[in-house]
Amino acid sequence: MKKIEAIIQPFKLEEVKEALKAIGVDGMTITEVRGHGRQKGHKEVYRGQEYQVDLLPKVKVELVVGDDRLDEIASALAGAARTGKIGDGKIFVYDVAQAIRIRNDDRGDSAL
Amino acid sequence: MKSAKLLTTLLAVASFPAAAQEAAADKLAALESSVSAAQTSGDNAWMLVSTALVLLMTGPGLALFYGGLVRKKNILGTMMQSFIMMALATILWTVVGYSLAFGEGSAFLGDLRYLMLNGVGGAPNADYAATIPHQTFMFFQMMFAIITPALITGAFAERMKFSAMLLFMTLWSLLVYYPMAHMVWGKGGMLNAFLGGSVPCFDFAGGTVVHITSGVSALVCALYLGKRLGYPTEPIKPHSLVLSFIGACLLWVGWFGFNAGSALSAGSLASSAFLATHLGASAAVFGWLAMEWIQVGKPSILGGISGAVAGLVVITPASGFVTPGSAMIMGFLGGVVCYFMVVKIKNKFGYDDSLDAFGVHGAGGTLGAILTGVFATNAVNNALKDSAGKPAALGLVDGNGGQIVNQLIGSAIAWGLAIVGTLIILKICDMTLGLRVSAEDETEGLDLSQHGEEGYNLDT
Repeated sequence: MKKIEAIIQPFKLEEVKEALKAIGVDGMTITEVRGHGRQKGHKEVYRGQEYQVDLLPKVKVELVVGDDRLDEIASALAGAARTGKIGDGKIFVYDVAQAIRIRNDDRGDSAL
Repeated sequence: MKSAKLLTTLLAVASFPAAAQEAAADKLAALESSVSAAQTSGDNAWMLVSTALVLLMTGPGLALFYGGLVRKKNILGTMMQSFIMMALATILWTVVGYSLAFGEGSAFLGDLRYLMLNGVGGAPNADYAATIPHQTFMFFQMMFAIITPALITGAFAERMKFSAMLLFMTLWSLLVYYPMAHMVWGKGGMLNAFLGGSVPCFDFAGGTVVHITSGVSALVCALYLGKRLGYPTEPIKPHSLVLSFIGACLLWVGWFGFNAGSALSAGSLASSAFLATHLGASAAVFGWLAMEWIQVGKPSILGGISGAVAGLVVITPASGFVTPGSAMIMGFLGGVVCYFMVVKIKNKFGYDDSLDAFGVHGAGGTLGAILTGVFATNAVNNALKDSAGKPAALGLVDGNGGQIVNQLIGSAIAWGLAIVGTLIILKICDMTLGLRVSAEDETEGLDLSQHGEEGYNLDT
């Protein structure tokens, strides 16, 4: 099992959800986060007071998938989230030791 | 119709015996009294509406305008500082304030004849407003005594103790506002142009009385209290310009009551002041935005609403004295000058006038007071007569350049009173209650530390 953690542009969330649904991915967890990579922030000016805003709003999408579907799902996610411009975000993949469905104590792939 | 009827009556009177003449005289008196009652109800209706409009400027207008400009942990504390003045200044005004401002006392302060509003009833006070109940005049002026101190709160936002603020506002009303209001508007006041002041100063709706006193006191407060923790290195951004926008638009509307209501009647002078007010605000929006667009590269909504308020401030003393063209010039200049004060001067000197009470009200009020001496004209307001009984020349445009000197004297007195009075009051508050909240409370925010509640519980 692998965990896919994607940091994406907030306005791309709907497209990512649709793309994942289209290939049969049922579950995911979404968090509103702030951050930046190589993308520079922006400048805000309030009555002459300038503020450099480095941490920009992003959305973190987390989902755990079986090893066999990792590439397919990661590609679909990246494809939907891509604009081709700086600031599109990143995808990280982790090994997952165990998954447990709380409702009935299913373990491993059958818990996904 | 009425005059035709009157003529018939008069003709009849000429040819009738004494008894009939007496009956006709009675009829004439009845007619006069009903005409005057009709004017009173017209004027009084507008003045009661104006009174309500001016209250609307403080709550929610100013409370929202200021509230949006602070960080979200201080929204309630900031709104409370405006709101509490609606209650506090009302009580003070009723007990002693109205009398000290409008009682006929010395050149500097009124006497105690209207203590607890004694003798302030339905009969008009002809010195101030001959066609409305004295009570309405008192009530209208009360709203000015509420918003003026509330304006100062912008300077010490996010760091003053609520208890100290209450004491400060009480003393400030007594030592600064009532004397200044008396000098400019009270009978016998030394700056009152219409009731025999020795230095006649034109201030239609409060350039010196409201905006210079509050704005200059605000600067003194900002300097005395010192900067907010983290200013200006940490980001201290307005938490909701949406709230500020709503507040500024309410201020704009309420200002029609403030300025046009200062005609104290519902006639053509009120219309003229209404129009000048609106034009001053509109032109100032462009003044501020033009500066911002050129200097920063983008015209902002905060710039637009700040400009509107600046224009309203500048036009306030002039609103009942100037033509539409002059009003637009004054407003535009107000937008430019206040932008310069807020964006350039404040940052250059580094004082933390947090919400720019001085940059907008102090600077705008002073500019407005001086420009009133330039643009005031008897073509708009002919209430002041010269020794020959003709409308007196008012400002420079009427050929009376000396009025600018009077306006400067009036402004200087307002500046002096505000600086000295505020320093004394701050010292008293500092020694008794302490002015600032602790660093811990300031970090936590005024909402929790002063009032034990939060403005936004969005996850509940």
